[in-house]
Amino acid sequence: MRKILLLLTVILVGLLFISRLFYLQIYNKEAYSLFEDSAIKKEYDYPKRGYVYDRNGKLLVANQPSYDVMVIPREVEPLDTLEFCKLLKITKEDFIKKYNRAKNYSPRLPSPFVPQLSKKDYAVLQEKMRKFDGFYIQKRSLRDYQTSIGANVLGDLGEVNQRTIEKKPYYSLGDLIGKQGIELSYEDVLKGVKGIKFSQKDRFNKIIGPYKNGRFDTLPQPGKDIKITIDSELQKYGELLMTNKRGGIVAIDPSNGEILALVTGPSYNPNLLVGRERNKNFSRLYLDTIARPTWDRGLQAQYPPGSPFKVINALIALQEGVMEPEEKVTCRMGYYYGSRKLTGCHHHKSPVDMNAGIAQSCNAYFVSAYRKIIDKYDDAGEGMNIWADHAKSFGLGNFLGYDLPVGQKGRIPDGDYYDRAYGDNRWGSTYIVSNAIGQGEVEATPIQLANMAAAIGNRGYYYTPHIIKEIEGDTIPSKYTTRKETTIDKRHFEPVVQGMFDVYNKGTAASLRIPGIDICGKTGTAENFIKIDSVKTQLTDHSIFVAFAPKDNPKIAIAVFVENGYWGSRFAGRMASLMIEKYINNDITRTDLEHWILTHSLENEYAKPYSGEPFKINRETSLQVIPKTQAPDDDFNSSINVDTNKPKL
Amino acid sequence: MHNREHHKNFGFDWIIIVLFLLLVGFGWLNIMSASHEGEVVSYFDMSQLYGKHAVFIGLTLVLITLILAVEAKFYERFASVIYIIAMLALVGLFIFGKDVNGARSWYGIGSMTIQPSEFAKFATALALAKYMSDLQTDMNTIKHQLRAVGIIVLPAILILLQNDAGSTIVYASFFFVFYREGLQQIYLAIAISAIVLAVLALKFGILITALVATVIIGGLYFFRRKKRASIIQHIVILLVCVSFSAGVRMFYDHVLKPHQQNRISLWLRLEKDPAKLERMKKAEAYNLIQSEQAISSGGLTGKGFMQGTRTTGKFVPEQETDYIFSTVGEEWGFLGSALVVVLFMALIIRVLFLAESQKSQFSRVYGYAVAAILFTHFTINIGMVMGLIPTVGIPLPFFSYGGSGLWGFTILLFIFVKLDSNKINEW
Repeated sequence: MRKILLLLTVILVGLLFISRLFYLQIYNKEAYSLFEDSAIKKEYDYPKRGYVYDRNGKLLVANQPSYDVMVIPREVEPLDTLEFCKLLKITKEDFIKKYNRAKNYSPRLPSPFVPQLSKKDYAVLQEKMRKFDGFYIQKRSLRDYQTSIGANVLGDLGEVNQRTIEKKPYYSLGDLIGKQGIELSYEDVLKGVKGIKFSQKDRFNKIIGPYKNGRFDTLPQPGKDIKITIDSELQKYGELLMTNKRGGIVAIDPSNGEILALVTGPSYNPNLLVGRERNKNFSRLYLDTIARPTWDRGLQAQYPPGSPFKVINALIALQEGVMEPEEKVTCRMGYYYGSRKLTGCHHHKSPVDMNAGIAQSCNAYFVSAYRKIIDKYDDAGEGMNIWADHAKSFGLGNFLGYDLPVGQKGRIPDGDYYDRAYGDNRWGSTYIVSNAIGQGEVEATPIQLANMAAAIGNRGYYYTPHIIKEIEGDTIPSKYTTRKETTIDKRHFEPVVQGMFDVYNKGTAASLRIPGIDICGKTGTAENFIKIDSVKTQLTDHSIFVAFAPKDNPKIAIAVFVENGYWGSRFAGRMASLMIEKYINNDITRTDLEHWILTHSLENEYAKPYSGEPFKINRETSLQVIPKTQAPDDDFNSSINVDTNKPKL
Repeated sequence: MHNREHHKNFGFDWIIIVLFLLLVGFGWLNIMSASHEGEVVSYFDMSQLYGKHAVFIGLTLVLITLILAVEAKFYERFASVIYIIAMLALVGLFIFGKDVNGARSWYGIGSMTIQPSEFAKFATALALAKYMSDLQTDMNTIKHQLRAVGIIVLPAILILLQNDAGSTIVYASFFFVFYREGLQQIYLAIAISAIVLAVLALKFGILITALVATVIIGGLYFFRRKKRASIIQHIVILLVCVSFSAGVRMFYDHVLKPHQQNRISLWLRLEKDPAKLERMKKAEAYNLIQSEQAISSGGLTGKGFMQGTRTTGKFVPEQETDYIFSTVGEEWGFLGSALVVVLFMALIIRVLFLAESQKSQFSRVYGYAVAAILFTHFTINIGMVMGLIPTVGIPLPFFSYGGSGLWGFTILLFIFVKLDSNKINEW
């Protein structure tokens, strides 16, 4: 015992030390990362974000510098809080709240403390910053919108959230990332790559030199500029026409699928979502659940398309060989099944052939065509599936695949759909005749309708609608340059196109002709309902218009949708006509028509369901006329004023 | 065969010499990493600490040659003289000494400084070996025990008075020597009890300590019916225990300086007030936290020689002296630091093994003292750097930067190498 006491102690201590080393260095060790090493200072250099130009090369979105005060809680030393708060224009409670939030996120990683200082505050603060250990100023670039239009297309930037950081480690807290519109869909193109500089620090947090001679440092790579397909003049005009209305306008160039205008109303000034007031303004816009300015009606408003859908049924009937263009259908103010009236119709000449059927929008004609399609097959389910496949080949009933981040599928019901609704084989074509006239279960978004018009104008094919025109030093994805064929043979289109032409010539939109331009179009009206105190209540119909022009080799296909605008040519038809004239002639000759649109508001219509009082709809309503002085002019804006404190270049 | 081997090796134990060279060489690499300012241009750059240390190492080789060249008997014969010179050097500090960091333990000669306490260790070891191996000394008598303790306590007190409490603790390592040489078992029991009582008293307070002592001593009284001493004796022991605990408590509260109190409080996790803990993290615990983080960041294989980010940023204060092991941990990882631990264990065990094989009691006692002193430094230094024991500022032998320390340990070790080489001539 005497001889081995020290020996045993030595061995014991040695083993204890090795276990402690094992615990510290292997068991308890977090994976080493240069980014989390407190001895290494990381400085980011943010690249220029890509600029955005419209199709004619007009600059829409540029950048402006911004300065964030960042904090690394672990490195904060006791400071003169009062002075610091005064410099940052925050209260002491704010300071404690912000500090604790940053510390909860991570004591060793930087968090934004006060984002987006004004230039003046930055100038004052910069000189005093070295007094506050653990705080520093990070320069970033914010968007600077050169326009007040197209907020729904251009989108905006916001601070990246933690979930995204976990998925994409490129981002760190306080970074800006595209949140909506093209900023979101082209984030990877626009953002560039931020540069980073590693420096060795000593224990007083002083930089003593570059880390490993800057071997790991990188230079920022600027983001790529992009050109979008929007024609900013047309877009601006569309937004002007949409003032005091709710709805969407989608204009597409049928020859290549480029989206010329994507209007939603009401909209807002994109500069509202820049700078320190972003969160406040975004909440205000987002929480407006009645007007819903952040809801892109051109892409997301999904409604029964109404009459414009009739032309699809005409095309399918021809393709399936169940109707001939000359074949006439008698309309007795509706369609009768035995003695039962399945659907009504309005007053027009009877009997009608296909041309007159389209031009006069005769319900009986299309119900009869639709029933023939379905009943051509022994089984209604099979007929329905064939019909649905034809309709879907026009881009209806599913996501179109365009490059903006929001959308709706729309709906084209098939056999299974009704089997589920009615039970297997317990239904027939008479159950579902509403689909013939674009009511019932069929639903579509304005961009789907515009694309449908483009496919008809092209006589059987379309290009996937898209917003990207050019990417600096890159090509646009091939799916936007690949033709998509419909299932309808080319020869069947002529009678239908002629019918749509006659809508303007002698049909429901005869009053909207433009001298010198052959327009083909189709009016539509969609019934709609909401629940008021859990009672299903009908509101004034939505006004819909779908058109393309010129008749041959069309340059523009357009869908206009105005909520509660009543019949198709009342609002939507007028606006579509003006948009086409603006785009093709770049001039408005029918100023009285323009004046009518600008001086008529639907705001009182929208207020009705919220008034708490009984109200009337459709033909029993009268239009609200706004005096000329209050009518929007070229300098229109949304009702929310732009934050004047926003940092300016 | 034994003879021939000795002849071939000049009789020196090459295992010790190789271990010594490995430790000194590896130590120098780490000092270079921990102390360099800017680029390393030359290994012998005298404006940098590692350059100076290279010179110290060079001088060490001269010193070793001298030590090994001297007749082995010289050390035994002049042990008392060497001791007296060392003690005078310590006393002289009170008059000629120079204050560094509040401790008056340095002589300044020009730009050079010498720390006599580093040399007092081997002198004390020599004197103790000499006294204990004296035929007239009988370690079983209290009188001789007290004299032996006196030899150790004298330098310990002198060093304590110079405000270098860390170096004082090293003198406790001579307990192992006494024990090996026949100190009664009861002392081991007392030493262990004292340590346990002290920790209990500080951590849980006197009341609980007294309770625990009562239960144990009462238990002993009731279960050892045959050989038990009188009840009075047990009560006396209990009273001694309780008053000792109270004494430790008073010592902690009233004698220790605040920074010493805080070091112990951190070790035993006594402080519960978060605000005060936060303050301690920036003061007493700063070194500890930084060195633990540096070691931990090394992982299995370390960041590589001269690549440690914390070492380069000099995050751990005194990283080239007392905290040199944190640099080993960061740059050489678990493999490198475990290797250092193993090298030290091998060196100490080798010294112990050779000490046991000595024929003369002088060599054996001296060898034991060498092993015990190295062991104490190794345990306290590495234990402190890794946060296992409270902060006590003493260097890691052969590793830490500094001429006095390096020379003190070299002399300590190589006198033993010389004595060991001479054992075939002993009777």
